[in-house]
Amino acid sequence: MPDAEVIPLGTRGKPGRGAGSAKPSSAARNLAGGTKKPAGTAKKPRVSDEPEQTAADQDDAAHEADDRTEAAGAPDVERPLADAPRAEAVRESAPAPTTGIPAGDWLGAFTAAAKEVFGETWEPRLAEFLAFLRRRVTGDYRVDEYGFDAEITERFFLAAVRPIAEKWFRVEVRGIENVPTEGGALVVSNHSGTIPLDGLMTMVSIHDQTGRNLRPLGADLVFRLPVVGELARKGGATLACGEDAQRMLSGGELVGVWPEGFKGIGKPYSERYKLQRFGRGGFVSAALRTGVPIVPCSVVGAEEIYPLVGNVPALARLLGVPYVPITPFFPLLGPLGLVPLPSKWLIEFGEPIRTDSYDEGAADDPMLVFNVTDQVRETIQQTLYTLLMQRRSVFY
Amino acid sequence: MGRVVLVTGVSHDLGSRFARSLADDPAVERVVGVDVVPPRGDMGQVDFVRADIRNPVIAKVIASRDVDTVVHMSVHATSGGGRSSMKEHNVIGTMQLLAACQKAPGLERLVVKSSTAVYGSSSRDPAMFTEDVAAKQMPRSGYAKDMLEVEGYVRGFARRRPDVAVTMLRAANTVGPRVASPLTQYFRLPVVPTVLGYDARLQFLHETDLLAALRHATVDGVHGTFNVAGSGVLMLSQAVRRLGRPTLAVPGFALSSVGSFLKQTGMPGLSPEMTGFLTFGRGVDTARMRSILGFEPDYSTEAAFADFARSVVPGLVPGPHAAAAAALGGPRA
Repeated sequence: MPDAEVIPLGTRGKPGRGAGSAKPSSAARNLAGGTKKPAGTAKKPRVSDEPEQTAADQDDAAHEADDRTEAAGAPDVERPLADAPRAEAVRESAPAPTTGIPAGDWLGAFTAAAKEVFGETWEPRLAEFLAFLRRRVTGDYRVDEYGFDAEITERFFLAAVRPIAEKWFRVEVRGIENVPTEGGALVVSNHSGTIPLDGLMTMVSIHDQTGRNLRPLGADLVFRLPVVGELARKGGATLACGEDAQRMLSGGELVGVWPEGFKGIGKPYSERYKLQRFGRGGFVSAALRTGVPIVPCSVVGAEEIYPLVGNVPALARLLGVPYVPITPFFPLLGPLGLVPLPSKWLIEFGEPIRTDSYDEGAADDPMLVFNVTDQVRETIQQTLYTLLMQRRSVFY
Repeated sequence: MGRVVLVTGVSHDLGSRFARSLADDPAVERVVGVDVVPPRGDMGQVDFVRADIRNPVIAKVIASRDVDTVVHMSVHATSGGGRSSMKEHNVIGTMQLLAACQKAPGLERLVVKSSTAVYGSSSRDPAMFTEDVAAKQMPRSGYAKDMLEVEGYVRGFARRRPDVAVTMLRAANTVGPRVASPLTQYFRLPVVPTVLGYDARLQFLHETDLLAALRHATVDGVHGTFNVAGSGVLMLSQAVRRLGRPTLAVPGFALSSVGSFLKQTGMPGLSPEMTGFLTFGRGVDTARMRSILGFEPDYSTEAAFADFARSVVPGLVPGPHAAAAAALGGPRA
């Protein structure tokens, strides 16, 4: 809206009235001598382009009438009686060929709009988009056995999350070379931020840097909730249980797990960057059974997006959720309080911990599982401390 | 010497087709069909015996005809006489049949057509059920509960008669042009009600694959429980779009009232197990079907549903199949 930005006061020495354009608008000229019109009425560009002597509303009617006659191809065909006198009146003052928008202009406008939306190579991209729409409407797409819809994830979910990752949190990814480019691997990350945005950010970061889809394992609450569960499955998530984790890992997927779970995202702000208990080590047994490497992932910045200062346990019990968060801005500012604080994020992937050197029955040895769990946890905790030392400020 | 096979539930379409196809098999000498009501249509070489499996008479049938293989496919999801008669038939019928089987010394094989409904449907389900995973939320009503009880009795029978090879086939939802089940009736509704905010994962088995799997189990006699389903998964929303039907998203709690409304208008209602299935769906792992049972279905989930979709009258929104048929420029066969 360029004309909304610049509405100069006065004419800066140019002829004409207040709008600052070289020529006064027809509406302004029409009203000259009477009361002054504010510049707002001169907004319609096509009105100011054409030297017409009619009032704005009559002008519009004339446009409509002339469009219709142009569409019909002949200026003198019969038109409905009700329109006739008006259109005739306009015809006297303005000749037909100069009014109305020619077909070429429509085409030009359409092309420009298509270029604006799809870029220079708009033609193949528009065709591709229409094909995409057709596939979606007719159900002609594939989902994998977990309900992962790769097409919609890449086109919508990741596209929606990407600007948040790049512009709002300015996610900086380190050690991406530690994420295997093929084969099964288990990415284990700390969990924080009241709302599990860190999972989404890790997903989009891994996808953009390596081209692989991170398949998150979610708590059963995620799949119980309407909409959330549906979107989670479409986005590639599945239930955090031994069967699914092993199935995905042996299928060669890159699986993401946040073993702290709700204890991690729902911890108070005062306990930020203190890792909670790492579940029961189920993720380690899954990795041991399938022999895939464990990639520790440390996320700094997510703790500050919604500083959790309080909880309403009674309401949480009533709603059947693990916690009802109170942040400095929520519920105080209502929906505005849901905007996350723009903290600067660092995501570091550590060196993979190999699990294929252990014996066959290693997954059934609880002591070994606990040791590996602690090793992963310690690695992430130490990386978190290092990253925090390097960070100059929360917001940049 | 060929096998002598007793097939229960032959008055149903699938049962009678199975019995007829089995009678043509060279490995099978004789097929005895049993049901309460006589089957419609020609039964070919199948000997039909009118008997109720809830009655001890069934033991005499097994003994007098030297039956060595029993195929039990008379556990039904629907019944004309309401829930109590359905349960009576499904559970008590199975108990009587198994009691008769236990007393039959010549019995070598028992094949039971079970269903993946025994896994239930809940938010805590793994993506793919393997045969040794129990339901996370036990089915509490209807067909699934009957099936669960039937499976329990069959397992008990397998313990008491270790000499009998017991094959339990947990078949995924069967679809096909001729299948009339609650699910196919649901898909034939002009406007398909779905659960708001949920999208179920569905797996289908084509009717011919079900018959082939049962035949395979009858002839080969592999002991064990096997999931039988077409490969791949379809989302409910995707399936309905492929049918070209409009959907009506209803909140989960209101779906039962939609079901009772449908019932009033003469259409099949939505049972609680059906509602759960349409909310969370279900997927089963079929690795054992391929490796141990040695059976490979011809139709994937997608292909089975496409074949079913061809038999469905196009809805308000013409789907891809209707469009393809129109493009070919002729009425569909």
